[in-house]
Amino acid sequence: MSSIVLPGVQPASPVKPPRKGLTTWQTWGLILIAPYLLVFAVFVLYPVTYGLWLARNPATYLRLFEDPVFFRTVVNTILFLLIAVNLKFLLALYLSGFFVHEKRWIRWLSVIFIIPWAVPAIPTIFSIRFMLNPEWGLVNSLIFRFTALDGPNWLTNPQLAMAMAMLVHIWKALPFWTLILMAGRLAIPKELYEAASVDGASGWQKFRYVTWPSIRTLYLTSTLLSLIWTLGDFNSVYLLTGGQPADQTHVLATLGIRYIRLDQVDQAMATIVVALPFVLPMVYFMMKRLSVDDQQETA
Amino acid sequence: MTSRKLLSEAKLWLVAIPILLWTLIPIYHIFLFSISSKDSAFSGALWPDKPTLRNFGTVFRQEHFYLHHFWSQIWNSLWIALAVGAITLAVATCAAFAISRLKVRGGRTVMNAALFTYFIPAAFLAVPMYKAMGAYGLLNSRWSLVLAMVTLASPYAIWVLKQASDKLPWELDEAARIDGATPLQLFRLVYLPLMLPSLVAIGTYAVLLAWNEYLYAFLLLSHENTIPLAVGLGHFLASDDSPWEILMATALIYALPPAAIYYAFRRYMVGGLTAGAVKS
Repeated sequence: MSSIVLPGVQPASPVKPPRKGLTTWQTWGLILIAPYLLVFAVFVLYPVTYGLWLARNPATYLRLFEDPVFFRTVVNTILFLLIAVNLKFLLALYLSGFFVHEKRWIRWLSVIFIIPWAVPAIPTIFSIRFMLNPEWGLVNSLIFRFTALDGPNWLTNPQLAMAMAMLVHIWKALPFWTLILMAGRLAIPKELYEAASVDGASGWQKFRYVTWPSIRTLYLTSTLLSLIWTLGDFNSVYLLTGGQPADQTHVLATLGIRYIRLDQVDQAMATIVVALPFVLPMVYFMMKRLSVDDQQETA
Repeated sequence: MTSRKLLSEAKLWLVAIPILLWTLIPIYHIFLFSISSKDSAFSGALWPDKPTLRNFGTVFRQEHFYLHHFWSQIWNSLWIALAVGAITLAVATCAAFAISRLKVRGGRTVMNAALFTYFIPAAFLAVPMYKAMGAYGLLNSRWSLVLAMVTLASPYAIWVLKQASDKLPWELDEAARIDGATPLQLFRLVYLPLMLPSLVAIGTYAVLLAWNEYLYAFLLLSHENTIPLAVGLGHFLASDDSPWEILMATALIYALPPAAIYYAFRRYMVGGLTAGAVKS
């Protein structure tokens, strides 16, 4: 449970179990690991294999590529990933620097700040959805009150609606990543900052030469992980826009579900298979990283 | 000197106030609607003229078309969340013990399989899972959602529990072995008591994950009697003219338990989970 940045404070490496009685212990190991193996085989391995088999027909992909909604969805997804994830991480990087201040009221603020992460997605996304209602929503009524102008149709203009979905995503996920980067900053030895102060470093120089080199790896790994997970963010888009207007605000995650609802399961699978060349290398990279770390810990 | 201190304090507040507004406005908006009458809610007022608790009464007495199954939906949510918590704990603890302490052969491969499931975007796994649940004849049974959520929760649970259990001193196992303990005795008498804080964290994690889930719930369950409250809330959007003030009252009731649990176990969650989440 140590985090990325904490240098391993691990106890001495476990010794190999004694050879005598190895078989009983191994047998029990197999019995205890069997339930998870069963879960994995029945609910991951079989479904994925079956799904890939369903998506084997090239005609399915041709039909998918001819669907105008699909092209639009790919563009939306790429923009969503590039803009939302990077904006989220720049904000998290900045805010993590704010929240490490050792003041009581800032600690209390961080307790409030975590709310979006602690509550379920539906209530808050619905709340934002109504706030953006062009006629009765809070946002446009405030705009009207201050400027006497009608606010925009936030959710019926596809570009605006996508931007709002990104904001919802950031609102929900920002606290989590801020906490992660905070943990990274807190692990930097204070002496480094003191030394930098003595040398007369400015705030920016401290960030550039002390903070950033220490948390760069964490920042990049977290961004990568967030890229994968954001690709699977169904709620922020579906609960806010439902893909509307005219199916122009889908991302891959919601498009796959839309095809299921239309009873086109092979096309839904094809939608996902198309993304696999991008997802699998990232997943492989993440698995590699965790395994390497694991070896260092136990070896 | 003091004016400089004041200046730096003011700078902090300049960051703090936007954070507060950004975080709290959507939350306040839920609360505002839940205590407003329909007219007041739709007028864009920042505080209702006559705050009322009537919306909650409507919800509890199931007095609206969308709420006819409110109590059974709450019960389903609770049943599913607790089942997921219990099964995930059982499956993950056994697996972590086998991998970390018994050093079972192939443990690394199993760990990789679990990590693969953890990293694959959940919405991507939903499509094949939906198809498979259909093949198993589980669609529209609460068990389909329970098993799906156990599948999603176990990988992270195993990962965190394995990390925690790798840190237990190996001498304990040796002492137990020398005393002639069986693997099960080691598991029950030594391992479980020492792992208790991590188990609490993981159980909470799995329960919250299941209670909060929307996508899998609405894919796998559509029958009135099996859907959890999350799906029930989604039904409110079926028509253009939704009773938003009642929806928000229901949503508030739905959001409070997980928020309360999160804050109650925050110590475990922050120490035990957030750090482990991106261990890399």
